Amino acid sequence: MNKYDIIIIGGGVVGTAISRELSSYKLKIALLEKEEELAFGVSKSNSGIIHPGTQNRPGSLKGRLCLQGNALIREISRDLGVEFKEIGELIVVFSQEEVSRLLQLKQEAEILGVSGLEVVDQAWLKEHEPNLSREIVAALYAPTAGIISPYRLAYALSENAVLNGLEIYTQSLVQNILVMTPVRHFGSTSLFEITTERNTFQTNYIINAAGLYADEISQMVGINNFQIRPRKGEEFLLDKKQQDLTNHLIFPLPTKISKGVIVIKTFAGNPMIGPTAEDVENKEDLSTSEQGLEKVIRMAQRMVPSIDKKDIIAYFAGLRPVADDDFIIRCEDKVPGFVNVAGIQSPGLTAAPAIAQLVGRILKQNGLVMEKKKDFYRQRKKTVHLSNLAFSQAKELIQTDRSFGDIVCRCEMVSAGEIREAIRQGAVTLDGIKFRTQAQAGRCHGGFCTTRIMKILAQETNRPLTAITKRGRGSEIVKEDRADDD
Amino acid sequence: MMIERNLVIVGGGPAGMAAAISAYEQGVNDILLLERDQYLGGILNQCIHPGFGLDYFKEILTGPEYADRFIKKIRDIPQIEINLQSLVVDLGADKTLTILKPGLLQQVRAKALIMATGCRERTREMAHIAGTRPAGIYPAGLAQKLINIEGLLPGKEVVIVGSGDIGLIMARRFVLEGASVKAMIEIQKQAGGLLRNVIQCLDDFDIPLYLCHRIACIYGKKRVEKVGIIKIDDQGNDIPDSHFYIECDTILMSVGLIPENELIEMAGVAIDRKTNTPLSQELNKTSIPGVFVCGNAFKIYDLVDSVSGDSGQAGVLAGEYLKKKN
Ligand SMILES: Cc1cc2nc3c(=O)[nH]c(=O)nc-3n(C[C@H](O)[C@H](O)[C@H](O)COP(=O)(O)OP(=O)(O)OC[C@H]3O[C@@H](n4cnc5c(N)ncnc54)[C@H](O)[C@@H]3O)c2cc1C
Ligand SMILES: Cc1cc2nc3c(=O)[nH]c(=O)nc-3n(C[C@H](O)[C@H](O)[C@H](O)COP(=O)(O)OP(=O)(O)OC[C@H]3O[C@@H](n4cnc5c(N)ncnc54)[C@H](O)[C@@H]3O)c2cc1C
Repeated sequence: MNKYDIIIIGGGVVGTAISRELSSYKLKIALLEKEEELAFGVSKSNSGIIHPGTQNRPGSLKGRLCLQGNALIREISRDLGVEFKEIGELIVVFSQEEVSRLLQLKQEAEILGVSGLEVVDQAWLKEHEPNLSREIVAALYAPTAGIISPYRLAYALSENAVLNGLEIYTQSLVQNILVMTPVRHFGSTSLFEITTERNTFQTNYIINAAGLYADEISQMVGINNFQIRPRKGEEFLLDKKQQDLTNHLIFPLPTKISKGVIVIKTFAGNPMIGPTAEDVENKEDLSTSEQGLEKVIRMAQRMVPSIDKKDIIAYFAGLRPVADDDFIIRCEDKVPGFVNVAGIQSPGLTAAPAIAQLVGRILKQNGLVMEKKKDFYRQRKKTVHLSNLAFSQAKELIQTDRSFGDIVCRCEMVSAGEIREAIRQGAVTLDGIKFRTQAQAGRCHGGFCTTRIMKILAQETNRPLTAITKRGRGSEIVKEDRADDD
Repeated sequence: MMIERNLVIVGGGPAGMAAAISAYEQGVNDILLLERDQYLGGILNQCIHPGFGLDYFKEILTGPEYADRFIKKIRDIPQIEINLQSLVVDLGADKTLTILKPGLLQQVRAKALIMATGCRERTREMAHIAGTRPAGIYPAGLAQKLINIEGLLPGKEVVIVGSGDIGLIMARRFVLEGASVKAMIEIQKQAGGLLRNVIQCLDDFDIPLYLCHRIACIYGKKRVEKVGIIKIDDQGNDIPDSHFYIECDTILMSVGLIPENELIEMAGVAIDRKTNTPLSQELNKTSIPGVFVCGNAFKIYDLVDSVSGDSGQAGVLAGEYLKKKN
């Protein structure tokens, strides 16, 4: 029997941030994830924005954690070698009447503690964002907004946590939780038995960070006080050729349910437009629609008229796990030792590091003895990405290690060396390699490099080509290997 | 010190080879031919079907046989230096090329430059098809490579989107490999590819071709499960209630080719954004003097024979340009 102090359910950015935070204490911790790799849930399909806190109610938990997360991400990204770019955002308006809304947003954000806000006029916009619509009259500028690769962040967090003792179990769908000794007096905890597809675990504390399925996990211990409803967001990625389209993140005025369709600049340089916001029934419904595309194009063009449908090279949909208006982060009194981290919709990526610290405090308040490790390894070696290097650096690297000069994906300039590195860091699927390295993420969509990546993955993981998948069992790329027939 | 060469040709497919040979025949010496692959021949290497060379050699050859004729010829010309496994990663306006070779990153400046970089396939994303993104959706050329070069069968129940020549050739290939090709879906009123390919690849194998139909949606979580198809009218509008489904595990996209011109675009050559070809009034010329483009990079050709013919002209132009300069 595997026995732990804490088990975290769900390996998205929230679960991995919590893992990393808790791995700095003398505790035995495991992370359970149903997919074949981490960050295959909500954390892989979002806008990648580190929000400044401008679109949240001042009193909300979301707003507070967003602001704290925005501050924390700087240090974390430096420690973990994940690129964070503070490019700033502009919330734009089309009439003088709407300027009062900007002032109101500014005031609310300032109460929350967002700094550096400024309302800028047309002259400023013309100078700093030449491609914006001439009909935009003013904008609220928030310099602390930034962008990051959400999956690279989650992978870096988990790698660092493993270095500090975390144990990860993938392909481990939690099916059942038994509360063994429910003790009711204050400060004591329970003993849980968790059953997955392949294992049984015991633990004193459970952190439920299961994203879209947090309600189902919670129900397993008898807590039924919230329900997760998926809210779909479709996003469309543009060709890197358009990387100078905008310099900042461009937002419209927010609506009640979302921040609106944004013109985003992704960490890789490609512009991206979206997301939509539509409530759906099915937690697995990741389809995009023709209506979604039309809507996003129309709304994005209103802000940046030169955006062209022809430049779209990829699209995807993500589902926001919506419970209430706000995040639910609490230890459930009825089941001591069970902590819900649920309804983590936007800005969950931004807030993740702050959520992690809050969970630490909640555990302490609920009786867990938490002693810092003396030998906590804060840093992670930065992963090399050839395309980020200057000519002289690239030249030197290639001379020392030839595999970095062996280009596999030529749209994004990813070498065999980088792909092997990603596999060593834990990638076992083509999507896992794509998220870590960008290989297959460019304009040809893997048309040229898929076979080569499959071969490297098969070789490094000692599997036949027929076992190589896009994103786990059932998504095999090829059905038969004729060379194996004889 | 920067290495300088008279003529650099990027791409060792039929276009690049024809250009190199003709430049040599024009009297250009010191020609450097760069090819990122381990072989010359370009896309012809994966076209193992016959149907090449009827115009140029008055013979029916397979792709590799056709390529071989040029490879033999070019290997016999010592003035043409061939560098394989040499990927051009950057191009400056002054014709400085950054080249990546195994264990080496180097720069070379060309007096004259011919780009013969071929094309890539349009993807499902560019065709804006709604639905999910499971495994099992491949550009037809990738499927061709998987089967013909790697010996891997990508799927067993196939629907092909678009009726270009690659799609037609692959329809037949899948059937010959024991898979079932359930339909080919074409939005236009007629097939995109050559008539002979429609007859030899679809009709002869009883594969249904749905003209004036389009793929509306792709279904399947991990692997493709089915596609939704709609009939369209003369104006291109969906016909109500014409929607139907075909179950399949694989979708091949054969919806057109896009010239690969990102390098010359980096260098500042004017590009037609609609076709991704150089803006040009004359065959093989670009807006930068001394930079020429030929083969599928200049425009998409149906027949390799015309590629070989037209690309010779690029060698002539480069020769004339160098004579004037020296
Ligand atoms: C379209 C869109 C755009 C967004 N843009 C932004 C943005 O720009 N900035 C921002 O800050 N936020 C953004 N968000 C929000 C952000 O993506 C989420 O808040 C965040 O990713 C949530 O992370 P998570 O770890 O809670 O969820 P997830 O990443 O879904 O992680 C939960 C994990 O639990 C696993 N799991 C579920 N059930 C079980 C089980 N029974 N057993 C084992 N494992 C299980 C899942 O497989 C999954 O990996 C956006 C969201 C969407 C949908
Ligand atoms: C599936 C298919 C079936 C076909 N069937 C027929 C047929 O039946 N009959 C017929 O006549 N024609 C057919 N064709 C058409 C014919 O093959 C092409 O028109 C011809 O190959 C185009 O030649 P090219 O040299 O312009 O391009 P390619 O053959 O694509 O050559 C381009 C070369 O440039 C290299 N390159 C590109 N970028 C770089 C770089 N940055 N650095 C270094 N090297 C680079 C590539 O590796 C490649 O070798 C078919 C084509 C396809 C794809």
